[in-house]
Amino acid sequence: MSTATTRAPQRRTFTAAASNYIDERTSVSTFVKELGRKAFPDHWSFLLGEVALFSFLVILITGTFLTFFFQASMAEVEYEGSYVPLKGVEMSVAMASTLDISFDIRGGLFVRQMHHWAALMFVAAIGLHMLRIFFTGAFRKPRELNWVIGFVMFILAMGEGFTGYSLPDDLLSGNGLRIIDGMIKGIPLIGTWTSFLLFGGEFPGTDIVGRLYSLHILLLPVILLALIALHLMFVVVHKHTQYAAPGRTQQNAVGPPILPIYAAKAGGFFFLVFGVLALIASLFTINPIWNYGPYDPSPVSAGTQPDWYIGFADGALRLIPPGWEFVLFDRTWSFNILVPLVGLGLFIATVLIYPFIEAWVTGDKREHHIVDRPRNAPTRTAIGAAGVTFYAVLWAAASSDIIATHFKLTMEGVIHSLQALLIVGPFIAYFVAKRVCIALQKKDREIVLHGYESGRIVKLPGGEFIEVHQPLDEYDRWKLVSYESYEPLMIRPNARGKITVGQRLRAGMSRWFFEDRIAPVTKGELEAAHHEHH
Amino acid sequence: MAQDDHSGTELAAADSSHAETVPAVKTGTALIQSDAFENPGFPPHRPRVTDEDPKKEKRAQRTVYTLFYLSIIGSIWAIAAYMLFPMEGNDVGDVRLNNMFIGLGAALALLGIGFGAVHWAKAVMTDVELADERHKVGGNVVAREGAVKVFQDADRESGFTRRAAIRNSLIGALLVFPLPAVVLFRGLAPQDENPVELLSHTMWKAGTRLTLDPSGVPIKAADVTIGSAFHVIPEGLSEMHHGRLEEKAKAAVLLMRLNPDELNELPDRASWSYDGIVAYSKICTHVGCPVALYEQHTHHLLCPCHQSQFDVANHCEVIFGPAARPLPQLPIMVDDEGYLVAQSDFTEPVGPSFWERH
Repeated sequence: MSTATTRAPQRRTFTAAASNYIDERTSVSTFVKELGRKAFPDHWSFLLGEVALFSFLVILITGTFLTFFFQASMAEVEYEGSYVPLKGVEMSVAMASTLDISFDIRGGLFVRQMHHWAALMFVAAIGLHMLRIFFTGAFRKPRELNWVIGFVMFILAMGEGFTGYSLPDDLLSGNGLRIIDGMIKGIPLIGTWTSFLLFGGEFPGTDIVGRLYSLHILLLPVILLALIALHLMFVVVHKHTQYAAPGRTQQNAVGPPILPIYAAKAGGFFFLVFGVLALIASLFTINPIWNYGPYDPSPVSAGTQPDWYIGFADGALRLIPPGWEFVLFDRTWSFNILVPLVGLGLFIATVLIYPFIEAWVTGDKREHHIVDRPRNAPTRTAIGAAGVTFYAVLWAAASSDIIATHFKLTMEGVIHSLQALLIVGPFIAYFVAKRVCIALQKKDREIVLHGYESGRIVKLPGGEFIEVHQPLDEYDRWKLVSYESYEPLMIRPNARGKITVGQRLRAGMSRWFFEDRIAPVTKGELEAAHHEHH
Repeated sequence: MAQDDHSGTELAAADSSHAETVPAVKTGTALIQSDAFENPGFPPHRPRVTDEDPKKEKRAQRTVYTLFYLSIIGSIWAIAAYMLFPMEGNDVGDVRLNNMFIGLGAALALLGIGFGAVHWAKAVMTDVELADERHKVGGNVVAREGAVKVFQDADRESGFTRRAAIRNSLIGALLVFPLPAVVLFRGLAPQDENPVELLSHTMWKAGTRLTLDPSGVPIKAADVTIGSAFHVIPEGLSEMHHGRLEEKAKAAVLLMRLNPDELNELPDRASWSYDGIVAYSKICTHVGCPVALYEQHTHHLLCPCHQSQFDVANHCEVIFGPAARPLPQLPIMVDDEGYLVAQSDFTEPVGPSFWERH
């Protein structure tokens, strides 16, 4: 370009020399040229994934600091630190070193709280990010595998959370481990031995904290980091999705360039996430283990709660009616454990394979880079709403006792209501969400065909009052008409003249998905609507 | 406004004809309308106030560097707070101040950079929007054929398909080689112990005194008044140095005295109580939390973890919640000195159910 001709007489700066030195040894210029000015589509909902990524970075930074002080040992010691109420109490080294981080190392409590808050934020951000991906259909080809990677990271994040939560060996986390132990023991055939191996003998044993520590700071973070790298690599390969807007097509990616605008925004956003977590950690206590005391299998406090992201599993355990356990063939079948385990397993497995189900139903093999507005995929949105409701009821059930005491209800009443809601709620949510979507689509059609309400009331010569509707300009109209609807699949015999069961199932699913649909307004329809007016 | 090698409209036009130009890709049941609207292309660029008003731009610049300077102040503040708010005085209030002031300093340092950088990007940097062309994610035909040829060449040269004996034996070896590593993990738990055996017994024996948790003071039957409840551990547990928590996790007991009229005992367990005093395992039969909440006037025990409820008056049967089995009862009696002692160990495994339990 023109700069080449004007550069010659310039003095060789340090930056230029350094860049040259590095490039001659790394070929980094190819990389910068390739990626530096890529357009990166911009929308507030795209920030949810960034919140997750940046929370994870905060977790790595604060967690590394904590490893310098935490000792993952369950050896018994007498606490001699600064927290007076626990002086002289027997506890594990893990608990004592966590108390030291909180009370004897300046800023230690701040970093510990930031680590815990960041973990809560990390899982929450992944969850919201997944909801955004789901409701906008951003999981469609070519991004199905990235959905799977993200899903695995969500599970790993919960694993990271739970292992970390258990490390201080306090009363609350010990009870959490006791529940895990009880659940594992309820698994047929392998349960008893799995628990025995996990805890290195009988519960609680003296090994579990050390083992969870290895998982928490080594194995799980390494897998997470590798998957994050893969996840982001796929974002580069696919380029980011974008919402429908004038000028944006399936063949382009529109947005500010990575250098400088996107880099400044995303870099700044990292500091905002970090800063907000620091602010929360400096003002709000999280996991005050000094109030709980060291783990002891005998005491427990009322109103025990896991960290929020484990709530749905705890709630599932609580909602099982009495007596779901049998002795059959001289063995104990704990359906009060198995049903929650298998039920939740199926639930999350459905989340995992949903992109493939939808792809099979539509049979659409095109790449989709323009994401849907949730209303334009009513059945998908309704399925999502049903899933969210199912999860939310389980989650609420983990606080059944708190709900009962806070609202002065009976425990039994709360549990029975939640049991009913778990079954009925998703259906209600499904139908309401679907109706709302279709109503919104109709509203969109109405606006495209007849314009928007201008608020200007005109009196006609005959005395009649009308409100003037203003037609949309072509840019605003494009946002409302640029989507595709699908038709239900017609069953046709295959090459051998047969209709297979798979065909029938697919046609049934297709009917369920696309029977109720609103097609976008076409040019002809708009034309016809205009004629009507005149 | 988007800058590109192609104009926005040109790209937009390509969109509507997408279906025709790339007929190879199946559209499934998508309804593609023939007279759908066409993408109008990029709207005219709307300048920001900072683009039009130099005063506003100056002010935005001032805001950005002020935020960065505030960040520096925050960092210095955090370091100063580290020194000015010590916490060596055994006072929780000092810890709170130390936490808060270091934290607020750090938060200011971070938020200053964050807000500054984002404001710089949004208000001051040139408002450029680019449009990159997307390419099909799958490699092109040439690349794919090249890849296929690479594999074919490699197969021919190595004989991977042709030399089946070599290939199959390799697959076999690869399947078997991780097994020793799996076996090594048997060492996670002691070799000479059997969990089923361990879960079936606790440290209660005939004659073991019931003592208070955690002090270990023995309990006289005469001291247990009607309506009272005690958290109990076996005698000797509090002095244990090895395996104390493991034993406690099985042996913890709740002792309650009811009015004998209200106590509905099973005929074969009539001798397991003493004058309305009954002892039950404290470990929930659901997943093992301590069933620590006793409601005196209803004689109900409640597990705070998952809200299973047990009726002490009716041999601790489950009246609500996910637990399925009653809490195991510890047979008790009184020794010569009037202390409560166990008649034997529990007659069934305590705590959560497990596969081999029957």
